[in-house]
Amino acid sequence: MFEKVWKRHEVVAETADTPAVLFIDLHLIHEVTSPQAFSVLRARGLPVRRTDLTLATMDHSTPTRTEQVFGGAPISVESAAKQVRELEINCAAFGVELLGLRHDQRGIVHVIGPELGATQPGKTVVCGDSHTSTHGALGALAFGIGTTEVGHVLATQCLLQRKPRTLAINVSGVLKRGVTAKDLVLGIIGKIGVSGGTGYVIEFRGETVRSLDMDERMTVCNMSIEAGARAGMVAPDDTTYAYLKGRPRAPHGADWERALESWRALPTDAGAKFDKEVGIDASSLEPMITYGTHPGMVIPITACVPERKGDAIFEKSLAYMGLQAGQPIKDQPVNVVFVGSCTTSRLSDLRSAAGVLRGRKVAKGVQMLVVPGSQQIKKAAEAEGLDRIFIEAGAEWRESGCSMCPGMNGDLVGKGQYSVSTGNRNFEGRQGIGARTLLASPITAAASAVRGRVTDPRELLG
Amino acid sequence: MEPVKTIRSRTAVLPNSNIDTDQIIPARFLTTTTREGLGKHLFNEWRYDANGALRPDFALNKPEAQGCRILVGGRNFGCGSSREHAPWALLDYGFRAVISTEIADIFRNNSLKNGLVPIVVDEDTARWLIEHPGAEVEVDIANATLSLPTGAKVTFPIEGFARYCLLNGVDELGFLLDRMPQIQAYERSHHV
Repeated sequence: MFEKVWKRHEVVAETADTPAVLFIDLHLIHEVTSPQAFSVLRARGLPVRRTDLTLATMDHSTPTRTEQVFGGAPISVESAAKQVRELEINCAAFGVELLGLRHDQRGIVHVIGPELGATQPGKTVVCGDSHTSTHGALGALAFGIGTTEVGHVLATQCLLQRKPRTLAINVSGVLKRGVTAKDLVLGIIGKIGVSGGTGYVIEFRGETVRSLDMDERMTVCNMSIEAGARAGMVAPDDTTYAYLKGRPRAPHGADWERALESWRALPTDAGAKFDKEVGIDASSLEPMITYGTHPGMVIPITACVPERKGDAIFEKSLAYMGLQAGQPIKDQPVNVVFVGSCTTSRLSDLRSAAGVLRGRKVAKGVQMLVVPGSQQIKKAAEAEGLDRIFIEAGAEWRESGCSMCPGMNGDLVGKGQYSVSTGNRNFEGRQGIGARTLLASPITAAASAVRGRVTDPRELLG
Repeated sequence: MEPVKTIRSRTAVLPNSNIDTDQIIPARFLTTTTREGLGKHLFNEWRYDANGALRPDFALNKPEAQGCRILVGGRNFGCGSSREHAPWALLDYGFRAVISTEIADIFRNNSLKNGLVPIVVDEDTARWLIEHPGAEVEVDIANATLSLPTGAKVTFPIEGFARYCLLNGVDELGFLLDRMPQIQAYERSHHV
């Protein structure tokens, strides 16, 4: 499938001396990685060539407190406010469509692309953000680019790319109760390592993948980059088409029928060869949680923190986390719980977290933040009463955005605090200077919030 | 971009594996709207203590690391976020090349776009370099070689076009703009 999509987008094929020129069907922009790109265009007197294929939103720096988004209170982080203003100015100057701070379709860039039906099977999708791999869940070839490349795409709608290799991850077996798509992808990263996918585009295949819904496929593809992969893809099928049908930016009428026909030709042909293949048995997985300072330092929730005597870097990581080799990870006290991020902030993720919190309370001394992935998801969650469940439990219900995952907007974890996060990175200091992040699924996070310590979600499942 | 032909320097060494771009440049410094000035925040959390003073035990703060233009890192250097601020910070600080056994994809691409040379070497070479910080080495872009003070000369992989751009200071945007006729032809034939 990757080969088919690649070939369809070659403006100029790769040669020994030159990379391919690839056409980009959808260019998503956000406020952090675009300012310098627009500056280059300005400096060279170039317009944005295809504003019709460009869509901007703001997510990383935006506040999640309602009074700062809608209430007229100033954005508390001055540099964040500056970036928000800069994107507004740039989009207005260059004629780029912007889902701005108060727009009802604003959200995390990798949530709104699929939600609006802009992301579609067989499209090339790029964004100045590594989690662009998320869109691969719809069978798009989607990858993150740097700011210089953002400038290239703005100016030409094309990118120079060398073709990556292909890695098939074949997943079989049924996920056990309490084991989610987030646990599956953490398990995959645990197995192949944080650089196991470097240089590859991953295609996630197998009966287990077929059984995942779109939100779950997005969770899995989202974290492809954490295994070092260029992109992660899931072949489109009826689940994908049902998801897309009727979405505002998806094709309609006769165009829909034409698109379907084209999409049905995308999946990998039987017998196609991959450069590498890895098998995963989903039925052997437990709920997972990270204990260290990169996503590959991950164990089942029932396990103990590993020991690696003499590995100075490993021991430094444990020292940062304040954890001891050999200690069970379960019952580790936590201070903050964050449900959100482009990994898991969609309606089904919120429903599953609410399912654990219904009729229960967040433990005393624990701060819990629930941040929906988009304003539309927020509205839908409120229509179902999920917000009331979170608020009654003692959690904070916020406006959408990246929030505490990268900690750029003022939503921070304090020094030395333990945070169970449904995000995608547990690097040192990511959620705040000295913050200690444990990555987990929404139900593990919610269960841990209730008990005030790392908790196996299966203990709280009805 | 200025042409780069050779880089000769003593090495600074950070032996940690998986040095991610959040360590290279923490997120709170990504709010800049230019490419300059990030060098003072390179490895911010490792370089400075809570009071903003330089940590004397951090490798880059040691007197012998001053003026080094080549950084040797443990495996999987540059993993994590796509922030191009990472190579910008390294360049602004003074580095011109990064050496490791494994360099993450997006970081590698971003580095090349800015003239920071990513050099992947084998385990033995990496081990020697990590054990000998301050070694005087020379990078030859045209021949894609890294010369060590032992007399050893190792070849490193570099994609042909990237090498061409480095040697000639080629502007990739210009290269793309030159291909406008093909881009327009593609749009017509693919009805985009």
